[in-house]
Amino acid sequence: MADRPHRPAAPPQSSLSAADPATAAGWVDAPPRMGFFTDTSVCIGCKACEVACKEWNGVPTSGLDLLGMSYDNTGALTANSWRHVAFVEQPRPAGHGTASFAGNPTGDSASAASAARSAGTAKPTGTEPGVLAGEPQAAARTTEFLGMPAAGPPGRTGSAEGRSDFRWLMMSDVCKHCTRAGCLDVCPTGALFRTEFGTVVVQEDICNGCGYCVSACPYGVIDRRVDDGRVWKCTLCYDRIGAGLTPACAQACPTESIQYGPLDELRERAAERVATLRERGEPQARLYGHDPHDGVGGDGAFFLLLDEPEVYGLPPDPQVTTRDLPAMWRRAGLAALAMTAVAVGAFLGGRR
Amino acid sequence: MNADRPAVGDRFRRFRAGRRAGEELAVPPAEFTSYYGRPILKPPVWTWEIAAYLFTGGLAAGSSLLAAGGQLTGRAEVRRAGRVAALAAVTASAGLLVKDLGRPERFHHMLRVAKPTSPMSVGTWILTAYGPAAGLAAIAEVAPLLPTRGPLGLVRRALPPVGRVAGLAAALTAPALGTYTAVLLADTAVPSWHEAYADLPFVFAGSALASGAGVGLLAVPPAQAGPARRMALAGAGLELVGAHRVENRLGLLGEPYRTGRPGRLLRAGRTLTVAGVAGAVLGRRSRLVSAVSGAALLAASVATRFGVFHAGVASARDPKYTVVPQRARLDRRAAEPGG
Repeated sequence: MADRPHRPAAPPQSSLSAADPATAAGWVDAPPRMGFFTDTSVCIGCKACEVACKEWNGVPTSGLDLLGMSYDNTGALTANSWRHVAFVEQPRPAGHGTASFAGNPTGDSASAASAARSAGTAKPTGTEPGVLAGEPQAAARTTEFLGMPAAGPPGRTGSAEGRSDFRWLMMSDVCKHCTRAGCLDVCPTGALFRTEFGTVVVQEDICNGCGYCVSACPYGVIDRRVDDGRVWKCTLCYDRIGAGLTPACAQACPTESIQYGPLDELRERAAERVATLRERGEPQARLYGHDPHDGVGGDGAFFLLLDEPEVYGLPPDPQVTTRDLPAMWRRAGLAALAMTAVAVGAFLGGRR
Repeated sequence: MNADRPAVGDRFRRFRAGRRAGEELAVPPAEFTSYYGRPILKPPVWTWEIAAYLFTGGLAAGSSLLAAGGQLTGRAEVRRAGRVAALAAVTASAGLLVKDLGRPERFHHMLRVAKPTSPMSVGTWILTAYGPAAGLAAIAEVAPLLPTRGPLGLVRRALPPVGRVAGLAAALTAPALGTYTAVLLADTAVPSWHEAYADLPFVFAGSALASGAGVGLLAVPPAQAGPARRMALAGAGLELVGAHRVENRLGLLGEPYRTGRPGRLLRAGRTLTVAGVAGAVLGRRSRLVSAVSGAALLAASVATRFGVFHAGVASARDPKYTVVPQRARLDRRAAEPGG
């Protein structure tokens, strides 16, 4: 057993100030930190990752729910969807930053009314909160909706009037396996733990469904399954990578949009890819979650995006909530002192 | 049309709600982008049980402080009312907390670990220390009902000193019980809870004191209720100042505390608090007015706790509260020299 990674009986519980999270969690002889690099510039939105994940991990079906907003009918990462392919349709020039339709007549293709309708969800999805309905007002003011996708590209109306230029963005979202993981920090049972690969995994035999991790995740990833009562999320295929295999989603990805490997290698590869894309005239290409100095200490699963993070439903500047915990305890301590002082004063400071 | 559009990759699009003609907006229109208006965060899966627990936990804490004061200053009726209310409230708390779990039969898994980074774990251990102490103190109150002779006579003589020690132990842990719940809410990614972390403990401490004082006003003759009245006054002051800061110092993130259902609940809580304190002070000679004031303070605490709870849920449901403050933070950082 001496040659296998192991850890002492009582590892430190906090993931704060962790450069190498596995070592910080008490692992001895930990293997290199493993992760995902999801390059959205080559994602074709096929959802093979969603299917492969469900197949391998035995994740229950989410039911058929047509969200009516785009080719995305998964909607969000939930207890029953550990990979989620986001699909964004934008009425703006793709690629090289030159409007290929410039000068052509264009109509207003953005319908606030249909966008508002698309923010709803038709039926319960078996998870709580499951795929949430969006805010109709937020959808109306933020989406430029081109109508339901049809066989042909939208905007090609047959006449110049009403034609618009557009692009499609696709991104396979997943648990970020944060260096400083809020879910892990706040878990009161120890069900969430840091693996020797630096990933974050729920032990389903320990979780009692308190739901604290759900509120603590700055990305809205981890979720409670309604008929089961426990929380579920991506394990980065802990069983597969322990046996030297590639996680199911990366294995199934036909375009190598999802890449799996040691995080250091992935970061180098990602930096090169961004440089290449910018060189080729994609100035919007940027990495997300790659920076070890960001609010969560960097993600174990990071992304190459072609627009701002919030366009894909990602928070622009996530921070681990426990970063402020010492200050919170100090304020609570002050309030507790005030409480004691009031009680003492109430009984001493008066005649009756 | 294209001329009016933001440039390619522009961060923000127009917040169109601001178009209503002639209407002044208190908050400048927020401009942000989202994924089809869907929430980024998962709203808390906690239901009404947790909001109710915020109240019962605070009530237990306030009642134990009241009871200990009664115990140390020889006010037997204050002591008795406080101890009984504390036991009832902490029993309800435990029931509510277990009921809210996805797997209630696994509640004892909370006792596997003690984690300072998890306010829920800290709270579990606070309750584990406080609960038995509050329970013993309340049980000690049955001593006068026991027979004077025989084995039960021994119990009758042993109970009061045990109750005194237990009552003091409960009062020592009570302030922690009354304030840790603020950290429980603040230590999340829920925007309006997290950013309120500096003031929420004072809101909860004040609310706990006011509800404990409410028990005193309800159960004790006005002649003995002087300390409860003073506790109500000071507790209400803490709560109102704290709530005012939460609602007005957080910018956009204070909005959920002022609008919709949480806004109505918090306004109701404030009205009931003011009415309760006014009744307690002005009607100090009337048993009836004092009792009604006590009930108003208890109702105020319920309304305040549910208001704070639902404000957080509302802030997690709208992507605006996630994106806009984080964008502002990024812009501030970009504006810093060297950043």
